Amino acid sequence: MYELLEKEYVTDITIMMVIKAPAVARKTQPGEFVIVRTDETGERIPLTIADFDRDAGTITLVVQEVGKSTMQMGKLGVGDGFANVVGPLGHATEIEDFGTVVCVSGGFAVAPMYPITRGLKEAGNHVISILGARSKDLLFWEDKIESVSDEFIVCTDDGSYGRKALVTEPLKEILEERGKEVKRVWAIGPAIMMKFCALTTKPFGVKTIVSLNTIMVDGTGMCGGCRVQLEDGARFVCVDGPEFDAHQVDWDLMMARQSYYKPEEQLAVERWEHRCQLEALA
Amino acid sequence: MAELTIKQRRQIPRHAMPAQEAAERRSNFSEVALGYTEEQAIEEANRCLQCKKPPCVDGCPVEIDIPGFIGALHDGDKEESLRILKSKNSLPAICGRVCPQETQCEIKCVLAKKAEPVAIGRLERFIADWDLERGAATPEVAEPTGKRVAVVGAGPAGITCAADLARLGHSVTIFESLHAPGGVLVYGIPEFRLPKDTVYQEFGCLECMGVEFVPDAVIGKLYTIDELLGEQGFDAVFLGTGAGLPSFMRIPGINYNGVLSANEFLTRVNLMKAYRFPEYDTPVKVKKKVAVIGAGNVAMDSARSALRLGHLQAAGVLPAGPEEASTEPLEVHIVYRRSPVEVPARAEEVHHAEEEGIIFDFLTNPVEIYGDDKWNVCGMRCIRMELGEPDDSGRRRPTPIEGSEFDMEVDMVIMALGTSPNPLVFRNADDLERSRWGTVEVKDEKTGLTTKPRVWAGGDVVTGAATVISAMGAGKAAAGDIHRYLMNGS
Repeated sequence: MYELLEKEYVTDITIMMVIKAPAVARKTQPGEFVIVRTDETGERIPLTIADFDRDAGTITLVVQEVGKSTMQMGKLGVGDGFANVVGPLGHATEIEDFGTVVCVSGGFAVAPMYPITRGLKEAGNHVISILGARSKDLLFWEDKIESVSDEFIVCTDDGSYGRKALVTEPLKEILEERGKEVKRVWAIGPAIMMKFCALTTKPFGVKTIVSLNTIMVDGTGMCGGCRVQLEDGARFVCVDGPEFDAHQVDWDLMMARQSYYKPEEQLAVERWEHRCQLEALA
Repeated sequence: MAELTIKQRRQIPRHAMPAQEAAERRSNFSEVALGYTEEQAIEEANRCLQCKKPPCVDGCPVEIDIPGFIGALHDGDKEESLRILKSKNSLPAICGRVCPQETQCEIKCVLAKKAEPVAIGRLERFIADWDLERGAATPEVAEPTGKRVAVVGAGPAGITCAADLARLGHSVTIFESLHAPGGVLVYGIPEFRLPKDTVYQEFGCLECMGVEFVPDAVIGKLYTIDELLGEQGFDAVFLGTGAGLPSFMRIPGINYNGVLSANEFLTRVNLMKAYRFPEYDTPVKVKKKVAVIGAGNVAMDSARSALRLGHLQAAGVLPAGPEEASTEPLEVHIVYRRSPVEVPARAEEVHHAEEEGIIFDFLTNPVEIYGDDKWNVCGMRCIRMELGEPDDSGRRRPTPIEGSEFDMEVDMVIMALGTSPNPLVFRNADDLERSRWGTVEVKDEKTGLTTKPRVWAGGDVVTGAATVISAMGAGKAAAGDIHRYLMNGS
């Protein structure tokens, strides 16, 4: 069992969890992920590691309560545990001193972006961070991101906080203003956001890295459920990724693959909510 | 019991294996083959001619004294029969079920020349099941040697190696990347062919022998092999990581939704128990027109699992989404580019699949998969094949017949084209030589010693996808050599 040491709702639907997993923490590098299974009947789901503390032997995961598995995590209390935490998996982010870089994160992807941003900053880059969310109440960790950034822009879709804009707008402006000065862009968030970030940076010829969160079972290259189509062939997100050159990804196919099990996920959520209602009545 | 003459023995017909009826078993995941009764087993044992130079033993990868264990069974001494069996095979209940006896021991049986061979596998299973039913005794463990061995991978090779080393008094830790031990026996082979209770019962005494099991441990990532030998303090490492990497065809449409590797499909169904969704969280799609590409045992397992899921859904046991709720009849095809003669699956599995209603499309090869506007599989273009001259494998090479393309209506395609070793474990282990197929090169096939000091390997990671019994044999051989090394230091 992997013990849950800390748990905090950082927004109404976003949970930050600190989990005891010393062997995993010891090896974790920015950009890597773990496969988590809550209990014996649970699904194996991939989650990008949001932070890690090698001395304390912990990793931090941030999830949004959108499916049955993540809703179930919401019910876990400190001292409870996860049946399985497998990792670190995937390749670490390629971090070096590139010069000026832009880190764009949308929604709860602020979490996995944090160790990458920190790593880039520590490597000597001039880091420009762009944070986006639908509205103010979905924003979190602005302070953490800001503390490891040289420039910092927040936008919300509805204008309830920061600039009223999609993340692609400031991204485009920065590229227009600074031209070749920007050496690399990271974009992590919902697939649709990453797709549009890729479309925004492509005309500028700036290498853009995205972190994909596809459906996986084992996370070690065994099932191939996570495969993604790049221009020069298919890759497994689990062992070849999770980071890829955004300009190579077939986004529409990727998004279709991500939603293949939507009806089953919906059924699982309904069943879970029904169970919770019954428990509340009892 | 009066001794039978050879003539009398020859006159006893081979006993059919009692099995669930096809119509019934299509709607459940319970074991198909039910096992001999004691009476049947003893009668079948009577068929064995007790050859002085038994050719069947030569056919067995681990050289079980087959006439010996059958003779003891015939004499009513099951204890002795089991002892003979277990002296060479630690996993008889598993091997009795999944070994390809018809190409190993039984094909060599003298009886097979004129009639049917002795049902060696079924007798092996009978004895093993009898042992499991009474509750297997804890094996004796030698005095601790103080030596530590890391076994990587909890499949048949690793488990066998671990058990043998533990019995010899070594401290053994098994590192497994999945959450449960068993390897392909658990994630790959379905319940209806190999019940997981049987697997775990047969593994059972590992813990009581002091073997430590570490799940969730992806060697190559969590620890490298060098770290196991260094800071983690192990004296030797055995790699039994199997052949877990799936192959996909290089044809258009291969990444559409609904094209799955057999590994993914079977892992969802077996390891994650998707056939019990939503009680278990992992879903699997149940489709109406399924094509399984390939004709090995994994293909048969996939096809027969798909068929069962379809019947479970039709019976209302598995929930149906709006798209799947159609009343269209269920069709599961095996699509194979060669002819029935070359089918690599066991005859028994093919026979069971046919009985259950699986449709076989021989000399047929997919060339393109069609997707609808949501990137879901909606058809498959195939081409007819003909057989030419024998290729490297000795089998006649299939070549496409020009202009013979045709379309198949399918909504799910499962690729069962074989697997290769997962390279993850070799990260940061460049001094471990591997072939161009990704398999580990061993210095000596008899011991499994690799080019990396203190590292042994065995099973599919060395041979490429093969059989449970050969993996088990390799695990056993390596355990012997590791023991020799640990005690002699060379």
